[in-house]
Amino acid sequence: MIPLSWYLLLSAALFSVGLFGVMARKNAVAILLGVELMLNAVNINLVAFWRYGTPLNLGGQVFAIIVFAVAAAEVAVGLGLVISVYRRRGTVIADDIDLMKW
Amino acid sequence: MSFVQIVFLVTALSILIAAVRMVTTGSMVHAALWLVATLFGVAVLFVLLEAPFLAVVQVVIYIGAIAIMFIFAVMLTRREMLDKGPQLNTKKGIAAALGAVTFVGLALMLTTWEGFDSYARPMANVDTVARLGDALLSPDAYLLPFEVASVLLLAALVGSVYVSINKK
Repeated sequence: MIPLSWYLLLSAALFSVGLFGVMARKNAVAILLGVELMLNAVNINLVAFWRYGTPLNLGGQVFAIIVFAVAAAEVAVGLGLVISVYRRRGTVIADDIDLMKW
Repeated sequence: MSFVQIVFLVTALSILIAAVRMVTTGSMVHAALWLVATLFGVAVLFVLLEAPFLAVVQVVIYIGAIAIMFIFAVMLTRREMLDKGPQLNTKKGIAAALGAVTFVGLALMLTTWEGFDSYARPMANVDTVARLGDALLSPDAYLLPFEVASVLLLAALVGSVYVSINKK
């Protein structure tokens, strides 16, 4: 069988790759893609702990479903903002959106 | 090595390879497609974890809605040069170092937990989807978070339309 450690290490690795994607990409849409990776890593963690911890209490799966809903809401608003910024400034490179920098 | 372990290792490897390709590729459309590959791998993992409803929700919602939204956003925000050229900014060394530190720190912290190497106990033959429906809709389980999540989705819907509407 599969020990819990494999799932936890995989989700830690996926989270770290998402973190690198958020910090190292220029395009604002690519930064949001990195955030999605991190949310998926969290979901793997939640469902793994549900299965290995309390398989009869469905709280783990409910938490994962709420994370799905929150991720969808955040992607919708985030991409709406990116598209709105693109219309005004003509760019989606995060470094060029610097009107509020000192 | 049992069959389930081989399936897990192949899926985990493909998830990680797709994720790394996603954050390092030069083309945004390729990045969105590598995200779809990663999400498919995560759906396979949900099936391995005996949560088939979540696997289907992952495919339908994440791939069928969120990844499509990303492809829309990529198509709506293209200019001449954005798809070619380096897509990583000047802080990529620090970012890679921080990512590696995060992973090593998480792994070390997890190994000190005593349940780290536990195996799954066999699950009783219950109808998980029916119990999930009960948990989501019963007032002394998780009905309130469910309703709050639906209000959140309404707010996100109205907000994203308002933010990106073209007032001509």
